[in-house]
Amino acid sequence: MEQAEIKVSPAKRSERRNRLARREALNGYAFFSPWLFGFLVFTAGPVLYSLYLSFTSYDTLSSPKWIGIMNYKVLLTQDATFWKSLYNTLYYVVFSVPLGLIIGVLLAMLMNQKVPGIRFFRTVFYLPSVVSGVAVALLWMWLLDPSFGLINTTLAKFGIQGPGWLTDVDWSKPSLILMSLWGVGGSMIIYLAGLQGIPRDLYEASRVDGAGAVRQFWRITLPLLTPTIFYNLIMGLLGGFQVFLQSFVMTNGGPVDSTLFYALYLYNKAFKSSQMGYASAMAWILLVLTLICTLIVLRTSKKWVYYEGAENK
Amino acid sequence: MNLRASFLFHRLFVYLLLVCGGVVFMIPFVWMLSTSLKGSAGLFDIPPKWIPEPVQWRNYVDAVLAFPFWNYTVNTLIITAANMAGTMISSSLVAYAFARLRWPGRGAWFVVMLATMMLPGQVTMIPMFILFKHLGWLNTFLPLTVPSFFGSAIYIFFLRQFFMTIPREFTEAAKIDGAPEFMIYWRIFLPLSGATMATIAIFTFMGTWNDFMGPLIYLNDPDKFTLALGLRSFQQAFGTRWNVMMACSIIVMLPSLILFFTCQRYFIEGITLTGIKG
Repeated sequence: MEQAEIKVSPAKRSERRNRLARREALNGYAFFSPWLFGFLVFTAGPVLYSLYLSFTSYDTLSSPKWIGIMNYKVLLTQDATFWKSLYNTLYYVVFSVPLGLIIGVLLAMLMNQKVPGIRFFRTVFYLPSVVSGVAVALLWMWLLDPSFGLINTTLAKFGIQGPGWLTDVDWSKPSLILMSLWGVGGSMIIYLAGLQGIPRDLYEASRVDGAGAVRQFWRITLPLLTPTIFYNLIMGLLGGFQVFLQSFVMTNGGPVDSTLFYALYLYNKAFKSSQMGYASAMAWILLVLTLICTLIVLRTSKKWVYYEGAENK
Repeated sequence: MNLRASFLFHRLFVYLLLVCGGVVFMIPFVWMLSTSLKGSAGLFDIPPKWIPEPVQWRNYVDAVLAFPFWNYTVNTLIITAANMAGTMISSSLVAYAFARLRWPGRGAWFVVMLATMMLPGQVTMIPMFILFKHLGWLNTFLPLTVPSFFGSAIYIFFLRQFFMTIPREFTEAAKIDGAPEFMIYWRIFLPLSGATMATIAIFTFMGTWNDFMGPLIYLNDPDKFTLALGLRSFQQAFGTRWNVMMACSIIVMLPSLILFFTCQRYFIEGITLTGIKG
C-alpha cells in the first residue's frame, strides 16, 4: 500500500486526498443532519420564538401582539406570586442540592467499604432512584399523611406529634426536600465511581506518613472527588430549578402557594390561563438565572475543583 | 490482637450504618406493599399494622379495573417503544459523525450540542406546543415520539465516547475496499455497541415510561392517556383509597424495577460513564 502511494506524483496524491476529505465531510454532514434538523426545529427555533413571544401578549386564539418589555416589567415589579415562586424554588435548590451532595458523598464512602455483602447494600440504596414520577409522588403523599401516614404514626410512638407536612405552610417545602433525598442513590453511584477512581497507593503513602482517616478524607478523598462533585452540582442545580411534578401532583402549589415552584407557576400561566407571552418571559428569566448560576459555579470551579496534573499551577 | 479488635469494631460499625440506612431506604417500599394489600378499614389503624389481615389481593384487580388500565398501558408502550427506537437510531448516527468523520465545524457543533443539555425545558416548551398545535398534532402521540428521532445530546455524547474507543484497525479493511460509511456504521459499529445501546435503551425506557410533563401538555383525550397521566387522574378520583392507589403505583413501578434487577450491570455502567465523563 505504502509503496504504491510513493509512485504517485505529489500533485495527484494531494488531489486524491482532497477528494477523500470532501467525501468524508459530506458523509459527516449526512450523519450529523438528523441532529441539526432537530436542533433547528425543536431547540434553536423555539428558543428564538420564545424570546419573541416574551415581548408579546398571546393567548393562542388571536395572533401575538407586541407589547415590548411589558411582561418583564409586570413580572419583576408587580407580580408578587412570581417572586413567591422564585423564592420557593431557590429555597428548594438551596437545601436539596447541598443536602443531596453531602448525603450522596457520605453514602458513597459507606458503599466503598470493602465488606462482604456490600453489593447487596449498593442495590438497596440505589433502588429508590430507579423509580420516579407520579407513583413515587403518590407513595410520599401517603407516607406524609398527617394522621395515618407512616412518618407521623412512627413519630407518635416516641411521643412526638408530627407536623402536618404537606398541609403545613412551614413544612411543605421541607417535605419535598426530604422526598428528594430518598432518590439520592443516583448521585451516590456517580460518587462511588469517583471514589473507586482514586489510586489506592495515595492512601497507603499517606498512612506511612502518619495521616489519620479524617486527614485522609480532607486531603485526598475530597479533593480528588471534586470533579464528580462539580458535575453533580451543575446537574442538581439545573434539575432543582425545574422541579415541577412533586408540587403539581402532591400539593398543586399549596398550601398558600408555599410549594408553588417556578416551573409550576410558569405551567399555570401558559396552559391554565393561556398567557403564553407572559410565560415565555418567565421561561427566559429562568434561562438567564440558570445561566448565571452555572457560570458562577464554572468560574469558581477553578478555585475548588482539582484536576489531575494541574496541581503545580 | 489490638489490631484485630479494631478491625472487628470497624466492620461492626460499617454494618450498623449499612443496616440502619438500608432499612430507612427500603421502608417506603415495604409500606407501599403492605398498604396495597390492606382492606379499607385496616388503612387507618393506629398504630399501623405491617402485615395486613386479611391480605386483600383484590386491590390489584380493583386497581386495574378502576381505570382503562390496559388502554393506558398500550399507549405508554407505543410511546416508549417509539422513543427507544428513535433515540437509538438517531443518536448512534450522529455519534458516528462526531467520533469517526472529519467535517468542517465538527468541534463547534459538538460544543453547541453539549450546551443544549443546559437549556431548561421550559424555554422550548411553549413554542413547541404552538408548533405542534399548528401541525394538528395535539392529542396524538406524535409530539411525544417524533422529536426522539433527531438525536438526544446526552446519548450522542455517551455513544461518541464509546465509538472513539473502537480501534481504527477494525474499519481499515472495509475502508480500503471502499465500503460506504453507512455500511461501516451498520456492519461494524452497531454490532460492537450492544452494551452501550442496551444502556441507552434502558434509560430511554425509564425516562419515557415515567414522563409526566410531556403527556400532560400534549394529551387531553382520556383515551390517549399514558399510565402516568392515568395514575394522576385515578388519584383525583379516588383520593383516599390508599390501598388501591398503592397497588396501582406498584403496578406502574414494576416494569422499571424488573428492568433494574435484570439489567443492573447496564444501569451502573450508564450512570458512571455519563456521570464521570459528562
